[in-house]
Amino acid sequence: MIEVKNITKKFDGRTVIEDINFVFEKGKTNLIIGESGCGKTTLLKVMVGLHKPDSGAVLYEGKDFIQMNAEEQQTIRKELGMLFQAGALFDSLTLEENVQFPLDMFTTMSEEEKKERVNFILKRVKLEGKNKLYPAELSGGMKKRAGLARAISSFPKYLFCDEPNSGLDPKTAIVIDELIYELTKEFNMTTIVITHDMNSVIEIGEKILFIHKGKAEWTGTKESVLNSDNEALDSFVFSSEFMRTVYKKG
Amino acid sequence: MKLLYQLGEYVLLMSRVFSKPEKWSVYKKQIIKEIYQIGITSLPIVAIISVFMGGVITIQAAFGFTSPWVPLYAVGFTTRESIILEFSPTIVSLILAGKVGSNIASEIGAMRITEQIDALEIMGVNSACYLILPKILAAVFINPFLIAISMFLGLVGGYVMGIAAGAVTSYEYIFGIQSFFETWKIWYAFTKVIVFAFIITSIPAYYGYYTRGGALEVGKSSTRAVVMSSIMILIFNLIITQLFFT
Repeated sequence: MIEVKNITKKFDGRTVIEDINFVFEKGKTNLIIGESGCGKTTLLKVMVGLHKPDSGAVLYEGKDFIQMNAEEQQTIRKELGMLFQAGALFDSLTLEENVQFPLDMFTTMSEEEKKERVNFILKRVKLEGKNKLYPAELSGGMKKRAGLARAISSFPKYLFCDEPNSGLDPKTAIVIDELIYELTKEFNMTTIVITHDMNSVIEIGEKILFIHKGKAEWTGTKESVLNSDNEALDSFVFSSEFMRTVYKKG
Repeated sequence: MKLLYQLGEYVLLMSRVFSKPEKWSVYKKQIIKEIYQIGITSLPIVAIISVFMGGVITIQAAFGFTSPWVPLYAVGFTTRESIILEFSPTIVSLILAGKVGSNIASEIGAMRITEQIDALEIMGVNSACYLILPKILAAVFINPFLIAISMFLGLVGGYVMGIAAGAVTSYEYIFGIQSFFETWKIWYAFTKVIVFAFIITSIPAYYGYYTRGGALEVGKSSTRAVVMSSIMILIFNLIITQLFFT
């Protein structure tokens, strides 16, 4: 479980997120949704320690990550996995080497054990047999799955996904969503997904935080997101004709 | 003010670079990769430049010494002194600052803008140490060999082209390059090589690491890296020369 308490972050005096409070639950896909530029990625970067907040706390199982010394933060970081928007795969390494990287760096596993783990993970994300390909040789969807494979290769406790299906066709996007959902359950991870894709919200949004203009505007679940009284959320959810039509029919 | 800020940032980065690696076995593999990337791939350009420059220095020296009082073996002596003291350690390092420096700055810069460095940090890897330390160690190790090869090929180039141009005889050239040899000049040359190797890897790495923005900024970082490395090579060349010669 991860809890954020009163998180505020400013850049050059400009407040990007303000007083955000939320509990991200273990074994669930926790979604952070909101319009582009509302502060979703900033919150995520604060949570993983890439940005230092101006105030507030990020509690991993009750311990404040911000107040930890470098060594303690390192311990937490080894339990994190992150899927970046564009994959962030290491260009100079093959798919197999990318997935194996965290194992090489932080485990004492034998080469055989590492190979076994890599093959298991690649099979799990449906990339078996692609071991020797370089990131430049992968399609957009494959890159996301490869990024996911690397993120979970060390069986992390916490999985962060930054807009995992941006730039993907709807069918591939659903495959990625389902994969994230299944892996969350399989490895009992605390999963945090940033998205502004309503399909993802309806598919996997077990717990949702809606950010509007840098503030936590609404919290709920995929069941309640379509029936909220919140004006900003309503405008976000039903911003497309498609969503309005589908909802009226449904 | 900006230069001071950058200097502070560079020092802080270097303090992260020279911290304890997470796992030496992974770093060893990286160092070997970098030795190939920085050293072995630079060999062809270094060899070509050295042979031709050796030839040019010999011909210029031969035709510059018009006085009958200057013995012809002075051509070999001048070629050796020019190559060992200045051409191979300094000029070749300046060329490497262009080739290796731009490569390092753009590689690390591209990793920065595509969030690969963030990915390393989130995993708990000291990205500065992992990305930069192997490059510095590789260059400091391989560049002296590269420059030694450059010195040898420069002298060979001088011999071949000097004779081909009729500027010097084989005996006089070989006698010249063996004359008045002082060992400390080799120490001087290789001290410069090691300092320059550090400059041409650490400065571009700094510019790459702090790249912000997109592809355009990667290009700008690469240019700034080469310019700054070249300037620093010239400044340290002067400082080391002053220290050795006075």
